[in-house]
Amino acid sequence: MSGPAEFSEQDGMLRFKGTLTLARLGDLPQRLAQLSLVPQKIDVSEVDRMDTVGAWLVHRLARENDAKIEGAGAEEQRLIDQVSQVDTPAQIHAAQPASFLRVLGEVGDATIAAGRTLFGLVDFLGASVIAAWQIVLHPGRLRGNAVTRQFEVVGIKALGIIGLMSFLIGIVIAQQGAIQLRQFGAEVYTINLVGRLTFRELGVLMTAIMVAGRSGSAFAAQIGSMRLAEEVDAMRTIGVSPMEALVLPRITAAVAMMPLLAFYAAMLALIGGGLFCWTSLDIPPVSFVARIREVVPITDVWQGLIKAPVFGFIIAIAGCFQGMQVEGNAEEVGLRTTAAVVQSIFLVIVLDAFFAVFFASIGWI
Amino acid sequence: MSEERQRAQAPPPPRGTRPVIEVKGLTNRFGEQTVHENLDLDVNAGEILGVVGGSGTGKSVLMRSIIGLQKPVSGEVHVFGEQMIGRSSDEAKNVRRRWGVLFQGGALFSTLTLAENVEVPLREYYPALGETLLDEIASYKIAMSGLPTESAPKYPSELSGGMKKRAGLARALALDPELLFLDEPTAGLDPIGAAAFDDLIKSLKETLGLTVFLITHDLDTLYAICDRVAVLADKKVIACGTIDELLALDHPWIQEYFNGPRGRVAADAAERNADKPVPTMAQAAALTGGEAEA
Repeated sequence: MSGPAEFSEQDGMLRFKGTLTLARLGDLPQRLAQLSLVPQKIDVSEVDRMDTVGAWLVHRLARENDAKIEGAGAEEQRLIDQVSQVDTPAQIHAAQPASFLRVLGEVGDATIAAGRTLFGLVDFLGASVIAAWQIVLHPGRLRGNAVTRQFEVVGIKALGIIGLMSFLIGIVIAQQGAIQLRQFGAEVYTINLVGRLTFRELGVLMTAIMVAGRSGSAFAAQIGSMRLAEEVDAMRTIGVSPMEALVLPRITAAVAMMPLLAFYAAMLALIGGGLFCWTSLDIPPVSFVARIREVVPITDVWQGLIKAPVFGFIIAIAGCFQGMQVEGNAEEVGLRTTAAVVQSIFLVIVLDAFFAVFFASIGWI
Repeated sequence: MSEERQRAQAPPPPRGTRPVIEVKGLTNRFGEQTVHENLDLDVNAGEILGVVGGSGTGKSVLMRSIIGLQKPVSGEVHVFGEQMIGRSSDEAKNVRRRWGVLFQGGALFSTLTLAENVEVPLREYYPALGETLLDEIASYKIAMSGLPTESAPKYPSELSGGMKKRAGLARALALDPELLFLDEPTAGLDPIGAAAFDDLIKSLKETLGLTVFLITHDLDTLYAICDRVAVLADKKVIACGTIDELLALDHPWIQEYFNGPRGRVAADAAERNADKPVPTMAQAAALTGGEAEA
């Protein structure tokens, strides 16, 4: 019925033929750019069909060469008129400053953002302490249901994954330790390694990382989407404090559950390590337990149990703080959730280093 | 008008008088809940079909079934005479490039600027166009959709809701489609912006010979631009025709809808504006552009 878009040149007359539409253009635009002559007239009477792209090409050609368009039917003429009315070149891409300036700008922005976060976090810490104090003064305002629910979400539901992770880590430490210690014929010290490491560091640290990934992110996402749906604003207008209803139950749950989870993780790691010692090093469980009681001082257990609630507190604060910062759109929820996890894990590891120095200085070695 | 219809029917393959969209016996189910049961609907070439229905009657689900985002339990969907259900996305590509879809929130790609968004379908289907022509096409499509030129290099997050919708429209129009799907185009716009958007769609349809499938809650839109209205209720299209034809029917929901207080106000407004000429695209664009900047 109709061929692809074509054109022919003759005595300053450019004649379009065929279907002048986007789908049938082919390399017409490129060929149009290499015209040998400047057309004075453009004839479109043999065009079967035109769309806005075709009309645009005709219009642009006419404009660039100051040519007249001839032979346009009512339909074509209207399309050409329409595109000529909207002939306003626009900037397509966002302006990109020079790369040096951009790097400088980004460093500046990041510094400001870090400063704001720090201030915001301290501010939020203060607000939650005040809210907690209010609860201490008026214990009736504690939201028992919310707290219990968070206990379940943060604690009970994490048992499976944290248990499995710790069990495997116990095996890995025992196995790696055994390989190294075998070189001195000191394989039996694998037990020392597993026992002391899990209680002092790994049990609590790995649990904190898992809780940050599981619950810290959930806190940020839940509170963030509640902010988006204006639930938090609705709460305030009704007279419910979001601090009491949303933040405190989560902090309470994280602080209360972390020591339990950390101890549980340490036990599971011991079981993993013990299992490895039994199967690979022929140390029976009875000797393993006896040796653990000998070499792991009780202060190691205390160290883990002291650190755990602090880590839980940090994780909950970072998650809730980031959640409460959400404004605007759904994209923000994702960004804030990521920020919550990164911040809480970072802070946990920094604090862990301080704890290590502190415990060493008071002689809990 | 007849010219419009002929033009819209002209492109190959010749389709005679076959409707652009044919839905037959469509059934959609989510778990236990049946949304559509044995639903039939035809959309003719060159018309603006308004789809109305109460909340939860599956207007959006119907649109998603037609454009292939929702797999129905049973039924047939033909677009441009081609069976759409069960086709691989590669096979459906030839049909896909002949339609444009405007989602409710605009659905712009957030990592691209407005103009880059408009270029996405062009780049996907016609990579050989060349950067200059691509940029020119994007520019005039943006102007055509009633957006100010300055908004082209902005990211979606910097645009207002109304501007996002116009940007979505510009992207939907990028490939010069013959068929346009609009999901609640005027929802969330202020009355002036909504009226300007209606004018824009009407003038685009007049100029480009578009067939439009339009989901709406907006009675003013129905009166102002729709040639026919399909009413979704009881899991079916219970009626489809001009507003006058629908008013003659004795269905409680239809009567309530069109003769309720809002329906009567919209009808009066439509009557007052009846002799108002259809604005040209530039006029409509100027109107909407003014609103968009405000």
